[in-house]
Amino acid sequence: MQEFDWQPTADIGTLRKRARLLARVRAFFADRGVLEVETPVLGHGGSTDVHLASLSCQVITSAGRERLWLQTSPEAHMKRLLAAGSGPIFQLARSFRDGEVGRRHNLEFTMLEWYRPGMALDALIEETTDLVAAVLERNLGPARRLRYRALFRDLLAIDPFTVELSELRRLAGEWGNLDASALSRDACLDLLMGLVIEPQLGREGIEVVVDYPASHAALARRHRDPEDGEWVASRFELYLEGLELANGYDELTDAEEQAARLTADNAARRHAGLPEVDVDHRLLAALAHGLPESSGVALGIDRLIQLALGKSSVAEVMAFATTRC
Amino acid sequence: MANYSTNEFKGGLKVMLDGDPCAIVDNELVKPGKGQAFSRVKLRNLMTGRVWERTFKSGDSLEAADVMDLEMEYLYNDGDMWYFMKTDGSFEQYAVEKKALGDTEKWLKEQVPYTVTLWNDNAISVSAPNFIELEVVETDPGLKGDTAQGGSKPAALSSGAVVKVPLFIEEGEVLKVDTRSGEYVSRA
Repeated sequence: MQEFDWQPTADIGTLRKRARLLARVRAFFADRGVLEVETPVLGHGGSTDVHLASLSCQVITSAGRERLWLQTSPEAHMKRLLAAGSGPIFQLARSFRDGEVGRRHNLEFTMLEWYRPGMALDALIEETTDLVAAVLERNLGPARRLRYRALFRDLLAIDPFTVELSELRRLAGEWGNLDASALSRDACLDLLMGLVIEPQLGREGIEVVVDYPASHAALARRHRDPEDGEWVASRFELYLEGLELANGYDELTDAEEQAARLTADNAARRHAGLPEVDVDHRLLAALAHGLPESSGVALGIDRLIQLALGKSSVAEVMAFATTRC
Repeated sequence: MANYSTNEFKGGLKVMLDGDPCAIVDNELVKPGKGQAFSRVKLRNLMTGRVWERTFKSGDSLEAADVMDLEMEYLYNDGDMWYFMKTDGSFEQYAVEKKALGDTEKWLKEQVPYTVTLWNDNAISVSAPNFIELEVVETDPGLKGDTAQGGSKPAALSSGAVVKVPLFIEEGEVLKVDTRSGEYVSRA
């Protein structure tokens, strides 16, 4: 414990600016008729995503003692609102991801998440770009779209869909200076994306990566690429100044497919020796009832504020980062 | 020894890598989009001083290195080994090889406390205090009346270091020197 540990990680002037930027976010959505909602951070189901570590806690409710999960994003509750007929909604939601600590990460952080029933993914990419420009008060121009496959071809001279696993491991090992001989195909691609490609993205305005491999779909739909016939995920990620800011989906509405993916996630968790996470049955029931065709996006608002204020870490724009909580 | 997993990596942690003790300088989480997490780690090899950059899969671990920094006074050398003594009252002595001394050799002065880094109870490096007072053993004669103007000349110090000093400094004077930059600070 150090003498100055009680002090905030953001100075008070920064917190004032943060509040103004959040007001811009709310004004942006008010102008567009998107309803602000608040949903619980706790849920009976958690995120089964193999790459997210969920926190849980024991609580006492009218049902007795039970385990509830802290959300990794407000997705499940917001989709249940969509299924209940909410129309377009947004939320600034506290989200929790165990182990994620660093310059660009904090264990708990604020996710700006919004859903647009009836809006195509392309239109949502435009809206996300507009939101970023509105918060930064910068004219960023239209976002440049980059296809996942083309990025790997241009920057690493490989086709991520067809390259031999041995070659992929050799490249990952070389760039990461690690023994990659046991890494999976996806892990190699993630490493190369994180170490080589991401830092180069968004250096001259907003860049949006589209057409991820189908294995990276999570809660997004998949579609066949009209050009080359490969299955790709209907999602995008938005980058500015080397920072990944947002992650958008053409939302999967098929309850059975969703249930199968969640079950597969837990099987992958068992296989990897990770704890299983309770499946969100109420989300599945909502999908079975019927989720309107929607696109949705999650944006790390702390990172956007970090960029807006020219800070070098998210901790500097949070009142108290986890190291000081 | 214990093992540390990537999420315990933080600046200053001492770990073993490729058979050498290392200190972690920096650990940055790399997590592209929805993908797998990696740790991008900078480590300083405590044997060579070189900084390595390595990537680890989240959850990988490294063995802890039995490394300690202890305060010890410099005693003497026999041309082969340099001898230091713990300042904790135990009078315990350690022999240090020239290789482990590195650049610190030119800042050695008897009875001054140094930080000696031990790995498995062997001295692997020695660092000098940030400031040290040393006598000038050789320099060109001082220029009288030139106490304020710029200009400098080399001066050899009793420890063997040569530093740039103002023109008015004379042989036999004791100077305060910054060992990190090798610069003259003031007359002691």
